[in-house]
Amino acid sequence: MSAVSIKQEALETIMRSEKTVTNHTAANEPVIELPAIKLAPSARKANDKPNKPSNKPWLKTRAFFNCLLPPVFGVLLLLAVWTLISHQTQGLPGPVSTWYSAVELFSNPFYDNGPNDKGVGWNILASLGRVGLGFGMAALIGIPLGFIIGRFQFMSRMAAPIIGLLRPVSPLAWLPIGLLVFKAANPAAIWVIFISAIWPMIINTAVGVSKVPQDYMNVAKVLNLSEWKIFSKILFPFVMPYMMTGVRLSIGVAWLVIVAAEMLTGGVGIGFWVWDEWNNLNVEHIIIAIFVVGIVGLLLEQILLTIAKRFSYE
Amino acid sequence: MQKNLEIKPIEKYVLLEQVNMVFHTKNGSFEALRNVNLNITQGEFVTIIGHSGCGKSTVLNLLAGLLSPTDGLMFCAGREIAGPGPERAVVFQNHSLLPWLTCAENVYLAIERVFANKESKAQMLARTAAAMDLVGLSHAADKRPNEVSGGMKQRVGIARALAMEPKVLLLDEPFGALDALTRARLQDELMGIMAKSGATAIMVTHDVDEAVLLSDKIVMMTNGPAATIGEVLSVDLPRPRKRLELAENTDYNHLRAEVLRFLYERHAKAA
Repeated sequence: MSAVSIKQEALETIMRSEKTVTNHTAANEPVIELPAIKLAPSARKANDKPNKPSNKPWLKTRAFFNCLLPPVFGVLLLLAVWTLISHQTQGLPGPVSTWYSAVELFSNPFYDNGPNDKGVGWNILASLGRVGLGFGMAALIGIPLGFIIGRFQFMSRMAAPIIGLLRPVSPLAWLPIGLLVFKAANPAAIWVIFISAIWPMIINTAVGVSKVPQDYMNVAKVLNLSEWKIFSKILFPFVMPYMMTGVRLSIGVAWLVIVAAEMLTGGVGIGFWVWDEWNNLNVEHIIIAIFVVGIVGLLLEQILLTIAKRFSYE
Repeated sequence: MQKNLEIKPIEKYVLLEQVNMVFHTKNGSFEALRNVNLNITQGEFVTIIGHSGCGKSTVLNLLAGLLSPTDGLMFCAGREIAGPGPERAVVFQNHSLLPWLTCAENVYLAIERVFANKESKAQMLARTAAAMDLVGLSHAADKRPNEVSGGMKQRVGIARALAMEPKVLLLDEPFGALDALTRARLQDELMGIMAKSGATAIMVTHDVDEAVLLSDKIVMMTNGPAATIGEVLSVDLPRPRKRLELAENTDYNHLRAEVLRFLYERHAKAA
């Protein structure tokens, strides 16, 4: 009984899928695919492929709302709680006044009225620049280090106590050391990014190397491959996904840490900007900064996910 | 035909003498092989057969140089086996192709290692194409291993091994993971390829029909631990061999019965 109905449904889905594709590209709702799978699991089983939504109109509408409504409700809930708190708390602006402030702020993001008054665009770019430098150096040192630690047992044992001891240290604890060594705020902030971003890359790369299947290493032995060929043809491609996980974690940590570091070091940057607006008691701008930090972090994550997908061999 | 005009095939081409193998594990030592002696003449196709866990793969890994014996001597083509070498190519049971390289690139990797300082890149690419052609996979050269079937992967594995022009080809249950029909086809292909290349081959298997069909000699191993070679059976069936004709051949059936008797009467494995 049920088997027949599964087949019928699957058949319908296949037959109508072309039409549905054009439908929902026209509607410009590519996200619609996800709930469609949930709605018609039997069709997916029969096909062993994710399906396009069926074009029964009520089904499609339901799929559309199933996909769109939860996030919309989430955002509305956040705004509601925010509004409620802003009414209770004196000085905390609500969503509406923040929105108008943001529109004004982003209408001219790149103005420059001296060192303490620059557009939000400059501040974001300055923070991204620091993260890029600190993270870049961490990658340059951390990834090769990860390969060495993963490949040689001796190095792994040697590194274990160092990593175990230093990794849990709060990133900002490194700031005084940076200030002492570099005698300047900016390199000290980059140093903090560097030291907090390096661990996930070392650890994930090393784990990847230690997980290379013995089969591949046997191939390397039987073919008598040189150490360079083993690295370039076996280790590197295999470790790439692990490495990309490390890179993603690292950039997340780096972006988390930059705001705190800049609050302490000053200069130009999104973290400093938050602190500066606190001193000006411009709370709308602080809230905007929180959203900006969140959105930029999300974008960085998405970009790296896209890159990681490109490097995956499966 | 041409082979008869050449000098006589060298005896003791692959030689194992008094080989013992003891593995040291966390739970104490385990004696896998005791007193293994094996003598293979150049150009022979030899299969090693036995119950699972009898150490037949250990013998192959020793020959490949992936393991070194606790005791005993091993020679191949007049030289002591001291580690892996390009004169001994291996076809692995699970094909062991690198999934991020195309089939042709997997073959090229092996060719490059052996011929890079003797030949130009164009010549090596021609070798790759020839190897892919030999196993009938020219059309799949640019596909990744996970885009082709299990049988095709194993053929790429064979192409990779043969492309190194090894003196000895070592095959570790190469068809074990394939369905019966694919296995039969690949066995026929392997017979054709080996007849062309004239290389010496040593294959581990647990398939009696496969052993009798392909071999000149069947090496039957006793059960482990401390396994050794129980009996060596010569297979004098004329070549080229045809699967269907052999099915009714009395010699074939007699040999087959002989192997079965060894495996299931004299060295039956306690279940």
